[in-house]
Parts: sequence; C-alpha cells; structure tokens
Amino acid sequence: MQTGVSTGTAQRIGVPREIFPGEKRVATVPEVVEKLIKLGFKVSVESGAGDLANFSDDTYRAAGAEVIEGAAALWAASDVVFKVRGPSADEVGLMREGGTLVSFIWPAQNPELMQQLTAKKATVLAIDALPRMLSRAQKMDALTSQAGVAGYRAVIEAANAFGRFFNGQITAAGKVQPAKVFIAGAGVAGLAAIGTAAGLGAIVRANDTRAEVADQVTSLGGEFVKVDYEEEGGGGGGYAKVMSEGFQQAQRDMYAKQAREVDIIITTALIPGKPAPKLITAEMVKSMKPGSVIVDMAAEQGGNCELTEPGQAVVKHGVTIVGYTDLVSRLSKQSSTLYASNLFRLTEELCKTKDGIINVNMEDDAIRGLTVTKGGSITWPAPAPKLPAAATAVAAKPAAPAAAKKGHGHGAPSEPMAGSKLAIMFGVAAALFWLIGASAPKEFLSHFTVFVLACFVGYMVVWNVKPALHTPLMSVTNAISSIIAIGALVQISPMGSAVDRPNDLITWVAAAGIVLTAINMFGGFAVTQRMLAMFRK
Amino acid sequence: MSASLATVSYIGATILFILSLGGLSNQETALRGNLYGMIGMTIAVLATVFGPQVTGAGLPWIIGAMVVGGSIGLYAARTVQMTQMPELVALMHSMVGLAAMLVGFSTFIDPEASKSFVGAAKSIHEMEIYVGILIGAVTFSGSIIAFGKLSGRIGGNPLLLPGRHWLNLAGLLVVIWFGREFMNAHTIADGMVPLLVMTVIALLFGIHMVMAIGGADMPVVVSMLNSYSGWAAAATGFMLSNDLLIVTGALVGSSGAILSYIMCNAMNRSFISVIAGGFGTTSATPKPAGGAAQPAGEVVPVNALETAELLREAKSVVIVPGYGMAVAQAQHTVFEITKFLREKGVNVRFGIHPVAGRMPGHMNVLLAEAKVPYDIVFEMDELNDDFPKTDVVMVIGANDIVNPAAQDDPTSPIAGMPVLEVWKAKTSIVMKRSMASGYAGVDNPLFYKDNNRMLFGDAKKMLDEVLTALKA
Repeated sequence: MQTGVSTGTAQRIGVPREIFPGEKRVATVPEVVEKLIKLGFKVSVESGAGDLANFSDDTYRAAGAEVIEGAAALWAASDVVFKVRGPSADEVGLMREGGTLVSFIWPAQNPELMQQLTAKKATVLAIDALPRMLSRAQKMDALTSQAGVAGYRAVIEAANAFGRFFNGQITAAGKVQPAKVFIAGAGVAGLAAIGTAAGLGAIVRANDTRAEVADQVTSLGGEFVKVDYEEEGGGGGGYAKVMSEGFQQAQRDMYAKQAREVDIIITTALIPGKPAPKLITAEMVKSMKPGSVIVDMAAEQGGNCELTEPGQAVVKHGVTIVGYTDLVSRLSKQSSTLYASNLFRLTEELCKTKDGIINVNMEDDAIRGLTVTKGGSITWPAPAPKLPAAATAVAAKPAAPAAAKKGHGHGAPSEPMAGSKLAIMFGVAAALFWLIGASAPKEFLSHFTVFVLACFVGYMVVWNVKPALHTPLMSVTNAISSIIAIGALVQISPMGSAVDRPNDLITWVAAAGIVLTAINMFGGFAVTQRMLAMFRK
Repeated sequence: MSASLATVSYIGATILFILSLGGLSNQETALRGNLYGMIGMTIAVLATVFGPQVTGAGLPWIIGAMVVGGSIGLYAARTVQMTQMPELVALMHSMVGLAAMLVGFSTFIDPEASKSFVGAAKSIHEMEIYVGILIGAVTFSGSIIAFGKLSGRIGGNPLLLPGRHWLNLAGLLVVIWFGREFMNAHTIADGMVPLLVMTVIALLFGIHMVMAIGGADMPVVVSMLNSYSGWAAAATGFMLSNDLLIVTGALVGSSGAILSYIMCNAMNRSFISVIAGGFGTTSATPKPAGGAAQPAGEVVPVNALETAELLREAKSVVIVPGYGMAVAQAQHTVFEITKFLREKGVNVRFGIHPVAGRMPGHMNVLLAEAKVPYDIVFEMDELNDDFPKTDVVMVIGANDIVNPAAQDDPTSPIAGMPVLEVWKAKTSIVMKRSMASGYAGVDNPLFYKDNNRMLFGDAKKMLDEVLTALKA
C-alpha cells in the first residue's frame, strides 16, 4: 500500500516555511535531514524555512537537502509534507492531490480544515492525535516534547520579569530569601517548569488534580500540595477532567492561600476541547505581593487567570501577568530540533523497509490513531487502541509474596522458621537419635558425636564466608576433602597383615586412590591460591 | 610415631581446617586461610604415613603416587582458565567420589580391616562400606556428567526420561534390597555381587540425576556435588573409624549444603527438591501458558557509539555480569571500560546475583582475574536500593536475574526469585546476542521498558567497540 505519486522510487519529503504569524519553528533540522536521507528519502526545504530557528539554507544543503525557492514550487515537488502548524486554506490549495501531510491539525477544533484536506484526497497524520498511552508512541510524542520546551521557557520568562534571585544566598551583607514558585498543573509542561525552577534554586510547590503525579513532582525537586478534598481527577490520556463543585471550592481555597505566600505562579491547566479553567481570580492576584509574576501557559485557550491578556505581558495590581502564546517559538531552535526528531521517529515507523517509501499501515495502533484523513475520507477519531490489559492491571499490584521474599537472598544465617515446621524438625531429629541410640554400639556413637558436632561447626563457619569467595570456598573444600587420602594411605602396607589378604590388589587400588586424591590436594590448594591472589582492592 | 601422637596431630589438622574455612570470611584473610588448609593437610598426611598404621614398605608407593598425582594437580591448577573453574571443580569432585569408592572396595576386600568387628559393630561396619561406596559412586558419575555439561562436551539441555522419578525410586528400592543381601553375605566373594550391582545402580543414578538438569541450574548442582563429596569423605571416616575424616567430611558436606541452600534461595526453589535431584519438572521447562501477559512496549536497539555516549554522560554506572560475559571472555574489556570511566570520575560498581554464572561466586573470580578491585564488586542486596540513583546499568549476558516479572507477575515461572532491580535505574543497557529468552524460558519485560536499550551482538566484540568509541 503506497501513498504518493512517484510509486516505486524514493519519495520526496518537503518542509515549507511556517507562515503563521509569530511561528518561528521549522519541521525539520539539518541533523534530522541526514537521518531521513539514510532512510532512503529525498528531502526538500523551502528557502528561509529555518531562518527564524537559526538554521540557514546552507546548513540544510550541507546535510543533503535540496533548497527550493517559493512555497508553491516546494508543495508541488513534495510527496510528503512535514509542517509544524496546520496548513492554511492557501497552503491546502498548493498541496498535491492525494499527497501526504504530517503536522499539528487539532481536528476537533478545525472542521473546515478537515473538509478541505478531504477534498484534496490527502492522507493526513495529525501529530496531536497520537495515542499517547502507547509506550512505543512516546518517541513520536510532539505534544510532550513541545510542552517540555514551553514549561522551561515559562520559568525563564518568570525569572525575567521577577525582580529577585531564584535561589537563596548568603551574601556578605546578609541573607537573601529564595523565591517561592507555585506551579498549577503537573503535566509535561508543569513538570518541566518544576525541574527548571528547582534547578534555579527556588522553592517549588505544585498541584494537580491527578494525585498519581505527586511522586513525579517530588522526584523533580518540588513539593506536592494536596487539595483537601477526596476526588480522583484522571481523565484518560494524561489529561485531567472537570472536577465537582465541592472539589473546586477546596481547590480555590488552596490557590488563594498559595497566592498570598508565593512569588511566582505558573499555570498549565488545560482540559481537552474546553476553555482553560479559571484558577486564579482577580482577588487572588490582588492578594499577591507586589513584584510577583504569573505566567499563564494556558493563555491561548483563554487563560487560567482571569486577568490574563493572551499574547501580552501586563502589569495589574503590581503583578506581572505573562500571557505569551508563543513560548515554544521563543526557544525555536530547541523546539524545532525536538519536533524534527519526533517526526523522524514517526517516519521510521512509516518506513520500516528503509526504502524511502512511506506505508500508512492502518493495522498499526499508533499510525491508525495519527491518521485523521486518508484518501478522501475522514478517519478521525480512531477507535481506542487495543491496549494490553496487563499494562495497567499488573503494574497496580506488585506481587506481594515476591516483595516479602526479596530480603533474604542470602547472608542471613537463620531466619526464624515457622513454629510448626520447627517442631516437626525437632520431632524427626529426636526419633532419629532415639533409633541410633537404641541400636548402635558405643564406638559408633562416639564417632557419631564427632560427626554431628562437626556438621554444626561447618554450618557456623561457612555462613560467615562472603558470597564473593564462594568459588575459592568450593575449591578449598575440594582440596580438604582429599583427606580421603588417609583411607588409602593406611591400606597400602598395614602393620600385621593376615594371610588371606590380597595384598597386591589392595596396594594397587590404594595407590590409585592416592594418585586421585593427590591431584585434588595439590590442584585444589594451588588453584585456590591462584584465585585468591587475584582479588585486590 | 605413637598412636596417641598421631591422634593429636589429627586434632591439630582438624583445627587448621576449620580455621581455613573461617579465613575465607573476607578477602584479606583468605590467603592465610588457604595456608592453614595446606599446613593441616601436610600434618594429616605426615602423621598417617609415619603413624602406626603404615610400614616402611609402603613409602615408595606413597611417594610415587603422591608425585604423580601432585604434578597432575599442580599442572591443572596452573593452566586452568578462570572461565573453566566450574569444570575443574566438577572434575575434582569426581576424583573425591572415585577415591571414596576405591577406598571402600579395598576396605571391603581387606580381611584385616574387619576382623576386629563382631555382632552389631560388624553390621554397622558393613553398612558404612555400603553407604560409603554408594555416595562415592553417585558423586563420581554425577560430577563427570556435570563436568561434561560445563565444558560443553555434553549438551546443556535437561534430559528428561519419562517416569524418571519412578526410575529413581525403583533404583533406591533395588539398592536397599541388595543392601540386605550384602549384610547377610558371609564371605567376601558372596558380598561382592550385591556391592557391584549397587555400585552400577549408583553410577547410573548419578548420571541420570545430573543429566536431568539444565545449564543455569548448574550452580546448584556443583555446590550439591561439593556437598556429596564431603559426605563421601565422612562415610569413609566412619568406615575406617577415623575421626579426622569424619570431621573434615562433615565440614565440607555442610559447606556444600549451605552453598546449595543459598543458590536455591537465589532461584526461589526448594532445597529438598534439589537435594533429591528431583527438580526440573516444575520450573526447569516452564512454558508460559497463553495467559502470560505479552510485555507491552517496544524494544529499542542501540549501537556501540550510543552506548559509549550514554556511559560518558553518566555519573554512576552499575555493571551486571552474567554467564554471557564468561562465555564471550569479555571480562578484560569490561575492566578496561571500568578503568577508563573511573579515571573520568564515574562511580562504576558491579552487581553480582548469587546465581550468575555456573558456580557460586563464579563472576567474582572472573572479575578478580580481570583485575577489577573487589571493593567495587557488590552483592545483590547491597546494590538493589541504589538503582534509582544510578544513571546507567549495563547488563552483560544476563537475563533471568534482571527480570522484573519475578516481582511483578505472580504467574511467572520465576515469580518470587530475588532479582537485581536494574529497571529502576535511569537507563539500562542489555547486551545480548539476540532476543532469545533466558534459561527459564520466560520473556523479559525489562527489554520492553522505556528506559531500556538493547545492544545486540557478541559481548566481547560489542564491548571492544564501546571501548574504542569511549576513547575516541
């Protein structure tokens, strides 16, 4: 199954310049161009596509791409187009009939665009429609990679607008208090912001309606602030859902308290397909210390703060409210590189044969999810992928017996045994001893005593041996067990021998025994010596 | 030398043997321990040779046999490769077994040895001979097969005869029945037939027992045979009424038994079933029934360059070696990489699972041979808590001992086996020749984890490439 026109020969991937105002990213970078060419593709880049992300035409040429002047020529030449933003109506017009497009689409929000693409009989892979729960999809997850960039940049913007250090310092003149940062929403962007802020030395607190992210917050150096209300907020696919009224009240109280205490608030709360929840009220902004900063990462969806003005940084009630919607573009080189890598991983999945021809395999869960239109019909939304049930179920219940057993690999000589087991063992031992005591003669008993005591001595001594020395232990016990030589030695020529003793035979057998045990004796000690000499600090 | 003086020398030798084992409790005193063992052995042999039970006529024989055996032993000890240690040890066990058999037979045909026994004492003496030869024969043939398997002369796969437990049981009954015949025999010639029949059965039993055991269970088998060789010596001691033999045999026997117990624990198997040679039916050939969860996720292969990259950026590295490292003889390259990283200030440590390799402590010896200092080689329990703080874990030729299914999946055949929790590290790199499952035949979910990378290829070759890439 092939898409694209030039069937049989290598397909051309085209990367146009982004025309959306303020968009500085580009869908591929020179480093990735090389990798795409290795997969067998030809790559074309529109002249100036990478300028705003600091990739010149020359670097693309050096990587092996063809640089084409003008969008129309590029779109016409390309079998597959890689873009960042969804195409404008004009761009769709430039597109080849039946061509393939990979970019952000947001099909739910852009029904007209979907109609236009269908009319073009295009095959469109919407990178935002990736089934993110598939662990194999993570390498292609551009939403995550871009959100991470945005989270980082949000902290940088906050630091820029904030009039103090982030880290606490002891200077010659006195102590500087560290900044307190509160981060609302611990998704990918939130977590990146937590890590960045903690890295700068601030005291970081974070909250999320999904209680399971608490560990991740802590692991990045943040402190998880709970809402004092019982409700689980996981909405599937890594997003939160709308919460009940009681919960929202408790949450507002918590935010109000944080607003009074902290210097910087970064909000990242989004609910898919709905306007961003208003978490920070005008009242809360008023209650903040003068000079504080709010970075509203949800500005594009209306903002988490009532006073946010999308696209602007404004000062209200002495608080700087940053509502930039282009945080990702403000770090265009980084975000472009990450996005290009995501698309490269996707291309790998699309072209498993490495022959430069993509194959949109609708049997593949990840690719099925991504594909929103195909050959003139809308294939969005995709049916829920068949997730292995075990993935969640098994993880939830770590095997209790395994955990219980884990501790005693070795090294613990005697663990308390179950009482009943112990009683049985003592019973058996008593019966055995009684049997021996009742029937065996005296000489045997004296040997038996020695034997039992020696077993105990051996038991006590050997438990102290380090596991690292178990091999030398075996070879030395081996050497010692050649003490059997004594048995052979005493047979070779005893003092007074009886007349009917087959002397010669016994002598030969005993001599053979001595040879065998001597091999063991000398060999065992020598090899132990050799091994032990190798252990060094 | 008088009988009393000989006895006192024996006591001295006994003490030295105990000190010898005690010396192995850590690396600093281990060499001294070995020295104690040698002194003890010398005292014991000299006290016997110059003692009341040996006349001057035997001296040439003794010296001749000692020289022949000694030179073979020293030669073997000098030339053996450290990767071949398990084979050597198994071969040595077989010699103890054979020697016990020979001593048993010559005691039996020596009328001198039994003339002082009457009544119950005589029966016990005969029983001791019978049991001594029995244990000796099992140890001998079992160790020979173990040697064959370890050296690759016999295939490593378990040979499972149909109804093998019944075969063993039948063998046991026959042995007991001939034991009665043997005790009732009045002359040496009469007793010879049952004794020989029993010996043959015991030899077959030894072969059968070890044949039924697969490659990675070898640590248990080797330590079990170690134990048997001790019991063989103890039985010989009873036969000859010699306390030194009894004590030494008991020491060796319990040492081997403890090692087997540790190995069993490390594989989460029962001790009894192993001692009886009766394992292999339940878990040695597990077939994950259709219900076993197919691990989700994807295998991410990397090449040597990317591995070197990961290592270079790491601050803390743990290397987990397995039998694959021994097979590929990669320990020296591993050390080179370790040295390079340590010079860069990277904290490199080794994590050893108790059953890694083919005998207890095998990995430690290999690493010691490659000059890896022993204070960076850690046991599983010492290291498991540190994995979350580790940047990169390299698993070299190991599989089951790092399988998270042992903890997460109660239906897994290896559920409950203690494992190295390498998946808790930031990144793990597994070096394997292919995706084939490990000895236990269980798929390893580790390979499918997001933070795991696979480096396919021969361990030695790949590590050489990693080293070159690191130095570049």
